[in-house]
Amino acid sequence: MKIAFFPGCMVDMIYPEIGIAAVNVLERLGCDLELPEKQVCCAQGLINSGYVKEMVPAAKMIIDAYDSPEYDVIVSLTGSCMNAIINDYPIVFADEPEYLKRTEELAKRCYEFTDYIVNQLGVTDVGATFNDTVTYHKSCHVTRLLGISEPPLQLLYNVRGLEYREMEHADRCCGFGGTFSFKQPEIAGEVVYEKCRTIIETGANVVCGADVPCLLNIKGALGRMRSDGRLDRDIRVMHIAQILDSRG
Amino acid sequence: MSILYNTDETLRERVTEGLKDEFKHNAIRTAQEVFYTKRGELVKEMGIGWQQLRMHATEVRNHVTDNLDYYVKQFAENAEANGCIMHYAPTGDDALWEVLDIFEKHGASYAVKSKSMMTEEVGLNEVLEETGITIIETDCAENILQTAGSKPSHIVVPALHFDREAIMKIYKEKRGYDGSSVPEEITHFLRKILRKEFMDAEVGIRGCNFAVASTGSVTLVTNEGNGRMVDSFPKVQIVFVGIDRIVPDLESLDTMLALLPRSAVGAKMTAYFSLDSGPRGAGEVDGPEEVHIVLMDNGRHTLANSEFSDMLRCMRCGACLNICPVYRHITGHGYGSIYPGPMGIVLTAGLVGYDDIDSMAFACSLCGACTEHCPVSIPIHDLIRQHRINIVEQGKNHAIEVPIFKALALMWSNVDVYNYAMKMGTPVMKKLAHGEDALAKDSAWIPVVKGWTSTRDFDCLSETRFRTWFKEHKKQQGGGK
Repeated sequence: MKIAFFPGCMVDMIYPEIGIAAVNVLERLGCDLELPEKQVCCAQGLINSGYVKEMVPAAKMIIDAYDSPEYDVIVSLTGSCMNAIINDYPIVFADEPEYLKRTEELAKRCYEFTDYIVNQLGVTDVGATFNDTVTYHKSCHVTRLLGISEPPLQLLYNVRGLEYREMEHADRCCGFGGTFSFKQPEIAGEVVYEKCRTIIETGANVVCGADVPCLLNIKGALGRMRSDGRLDRDIRVMHIAQILDSRG
Repeated sequence: MSILYNTDETLRERVTEGLKDEFKHNAIRTAQEVFYTKRGELVKEMGIGWQQLRMHATEVRNHVTDNLDYYVKQFAENAEANGCIMHYAPTGDDALWEVLDIFEKHGASYAVKSKSMMTEEVGLNEVLEETGITIIETDCAENILQTAGSKPSHIVVPALHFDREAIMKIYKEKRGYDGSSVPEEITHFLRKILRKEFMDAEVGIRGCNFAVASTGSVTLVTNEGNGRMVDSFPKVQIVFVGIDRIVPDLESLDTMLALLPRSAVGAKMTAYFSLDSGPRGAGEVDGPEEVHIVLMDNGRHTLANSEFSDMLRCMRCGACLNICPVYRHITGHGYGSIYPGPMGIVLTAGLVGYDDIDSMAFACSLCGACTEHCPVSIPIHDLIRQHRINIVEQGKNHAIEVPIFKALALMWSNVDVYNYAMKMGTPVMKKLAHGEDALAKDSAWIPVVKGWTSTRDFDCLSETRFRTWFKEHKKQQGGGK
C-alpha cells in the first residue's frame, strides 16, 4: 500500500515539524509514504476569494501530482485542503471534463489523517503518551464539511497521560477563512479572540487541531494575547499528529 | 429599493462602529446562545425525525420553485374565490402604486402594520409617510424601532440592540411615557397607546409567513396578539405576500410550521398563529370587509432562474444568523441590509446586485455552520462564495487585489516559482520579525500583511522545509526517490 502524502503548503512553508510528526506516526503504523515532488498547494484561497479561472493551473498540478497509478491512497494532513479537492475542484474543472473525471476518481482515494488511521487502518491507539491537559478545536472543514468528528477524539482518548478538556462551542469557526482573515481583520480578530477565550477557559495547557490553517490563526492570536498581557500563561498550539507522535 | 441602508458607510466603518457598542455586541451574543441552545434541545428531541422533516421541507420548497407560475396562479385564483382582491406586483414600485391606489380609493390616511419584511424591502413606510399617511408599526419591537428611527439588528428579534433603559428613554422622549424601565410597565403603556391606534386605523397592513395555494389562505406567525388585531380590526386589510412564500397545501404548511419556530427561536410553536382565508363572511362578527393581497415578485423570478434558486426555499427563520460566528460580532447593522447574516448576504446580493453592497459578500469565513443549521438545506456558504465568483467575473472586485491573486495563482501552480519565493521570503520575514519566530504588532504597517498582524502574530516561514526533510528522510531509508 503506497500512500501519497499531502501535507498542505503551510506544513511545508511554516510547520515542517507537523509533517515530520505525521510521517513518524504513519510509518510506525507500517505505512509507506511518498511525497509527490510537484505538489505545492490546493489553492483554495483563489476560489474562496472568487478567482475560479485563475485556480485551474494550480488544481491541475495537484491532480497531476497525486493521480498516479503508483499511489494507492492519498492522506491529507489538513482537512481543508482535502475538502478543496473533493468539493471545490469539481467547480474549478467545470469546463475540463478530463480533469473533472480524474478528480472524481482521486476523491475516492483521499483520506484525512485521523480518519485514515481510525477507519482505514483500524487503529485507535497509536501507542502515544502525552502527559498534559489538551483541548481540541473541531475545525469546520474536518468536522462539518468532511463529517469527520469521532476519529480525532478516539485517537486522543487513547493517548496515555492525556487529560482531555472540551472547550465550549468546540466546533465554532476560529475565524481563519483564508483571505477572509486578511480582508476582514476586525471581524476575524473578534472571532479568533473569542475562540481563544474558550480555549483559555478550559484551563488546558495545549490546544490541538487537525487543520493547520486554524492552528496558525489560533497560535497567532494566543501569541498576541500573551504579549498584550491578556493571557498570563503559555498555551501550546499543536497539530494532533504531534500529540500522537509523542512518547511522553 | 430599501433593502440597503447606511450605504454611505463602508462595511468596515459599520463594523468598527458597531464593535464599540458593548451592549449591542453582548445582546446579540446572548440571544444567539439562547436560541441556539433551545433549538438544539428540540432538534435532539426529534432525533432522525428532524432530518426527515428537513428533507421533506426541502422537497416541497423546491417543487414550488420549479412550478412557481403554477402555484402563483393557483394561490391567486383560490384567494380570489375567497373574496380577496388580488394585485400582482412585478416590482417594488408596482406594489407601492397598488397600495397608494387602495388608500386613495378609501380616502384613508391612517394605517396600522404588523410583521412584513416585504414592505421593508420596498420602503413602504417612507412612501406612505411622504404622501401624508400615518402608518404605525404595532409589533412591539418594530414599534420601538419606528419610534427610535432605528433599523433591525436581527430578522426575528429586531430591537435586540436596545436595553430596557434605552427603550424607556425612547418612549419618554417620543411618546410621553412617564413610567419605569420595568418591561411589563413599558408593554402596558404600549398596549394602551396601540389599542387606540387599532381602533382608529382605516387600513391594516401585514405580511405573510406562508401562503397556501390550495386554499388561497395567508398565515401569520407571531408571539404577540398585535398581528391578529391588525388583521381583524381595520375595515380594509392589505396583505403583502412574496411569491416565494407559497406552499402547495395545508399538509405542507404543517411541515413548514414544525420547522419555523423551532429553527427561529427554539420553540415548538409560537403564541399566535393565524390562518386567514378572505374577508369577513356573512354572519361573522369580526374581520376586515375588504382584503387586498399584493403578490410581489420584486426579483424572485430572476433569482429562481439563477444559480441562487435554492435561496427561494428560505423561510426567514434566522437559524443561520443564530449560529453565524461573524453575525454574532457585527450584528445586523454591520451588513447594512434589512436582510443580514448569512441568508442576508445571499439574498441581498441576489436582489440588489453587486454595485452598492461594498464587501458584504466577503464578510464570511465560509465555515458552513449556516448550511448545517438551515431547516430547508440551503447551501448558504456555497452561495455566498458563488456571489464572490460572480463579483470577480463581472470585474467588480477591487482592482488592487488582482495582481496579488494572480501572483498566488502563479506560485501555487509552479513548484520552481514556489521554491524560489520561499527561498527569497524566508530571510526577509525573519528580518521583519527581528529574528523572532513570528511577525508581531510592529509589522502592522506592511500592506496586505497588516490585515493579519493588526490583530494576530504571524509565524515566520521555516528555515527547514518539509519537502527537503522528507527527501533526506527517504534517502536515509534507502530506496526513496
